[in-house]
Amino acid sequence: MNDTIIIIIGMMIVTYIPRIIPFFTFSGKHLPKKVEKFLEFVPYTALGALIIPGAITSIPGEPVASVIGLGFAAIYSYFKGGMIVSIIGSMAVVYLMLIVA
Amino acid sequence: MKVTTNEKIKIKSNIETLTVYNGLIDGLPVCLGYFPIAMAFGMLSKGAGLGLYESIAFSAIVFAGAAQFIGISMIALGVSPAEIIVTTLFLNFRHFLMSASLASKLKLKKPIAKLVIGFFVTDESFSVASFAKGKITAKYMLPMELLGYSGWVIGTGAGFLIGSILPDKVQLSMNIGLYAMFTALLVPEMKKTNKAIILAVLSGITNSMLRELLYMPEGWSIVVSIILVSILGVFMYNTSKESEETNVE
Repeated sequence: MNDTIIIIIGMMIVTYIPRIIPFFTFSGKHLPKKVEKFLEFVPYTALGALIIPGAITSIPGEPVASVIGLGFAAIYSYFKGGMIVSIIGSMAVVYLMLIVA
Repeated sequence: MKVTTNEKIKIKSNIETLTVYNGLIDGLPVCLGYFPIAMAFGMLSKGAGLGLYESIAFSAIVFAGAAQFIGISMIALGVSPAEIIVTTLFLNFRHFLMSASLASKLKLKKPIAKLVIGFFVTDESFSVASFAKGKITAKYMLPMELLGYSGWVIGTGAGFLIGSILPDKVQLSMNIGLYAMFTALLVPEMKKTNKAIILAVLSGITNSMLRELLYMPEGWSIVVSIILVSILGVFMYNTSKESEETNVE
């Protein structure tokens, strides 16, 4: 086995195990109220940490283009909802910013 | 009372139960967001000296976004497999929290369903499922996840083969795709509850401080931010009236 295969298999194992353990330990069990609340908040806190600060540096050296691109996604999704237009639109906005600037 | 369910007819209840069709619709943006990022991975992987099949296998077997980028850069630098694997563990441990949140909603019974649906838990599939408009089920999860997965795997192959045809600025601007998706998931939640934006912003600030002030590696800073701010939320919203979701089944 070469190193690449070892790395791929190893990365898979350490990624897969944390993904499945909760399904075996939490499913169908009655959790304490506080734990349920905690898990209910995870989507919000996860999204916050995934977006900030990573989004600002997503286009290397172009924080303004990144923020304006996301601004488009924020405004469009707030008024119209839907993700496809938000995604394609923000890519287009960033592209325009890059060729203009 | 026994209810015979027909897949085509949605059972009327307070919350709509989501089906295969909903899963496919919600999987589309994930697929779209993944494709260009996966292409970038395919190109990088080629640059690091991996073959076409190795690159595709990398995406198909590991299926882990950021960790793959870090992994491939470490391979290019000649870092040892052990170090790469440990880094991946830290980076991907956040999925533990995401799976826990999903498991409490999904209530899967069959071990095989847990093993399969669990494999495809990513930041994106988790986020989409968490904000899905209705009650999520295995029938919803699997098509949604698989559509995203196919975008990731096929995108990797496409990037390896034809990625360098795209102009630099087009490639660069596609980096915003997944962040645009996260934003488009979060922002409409603001209309329903101000908790969404308050907790998300607090978590983002916490994450930024951990990264910038304490130089915490990204994987850990996200995990710590999720845990700290979700606990804070439990205390902040202690006297909540809204525990709407009581699950049937």
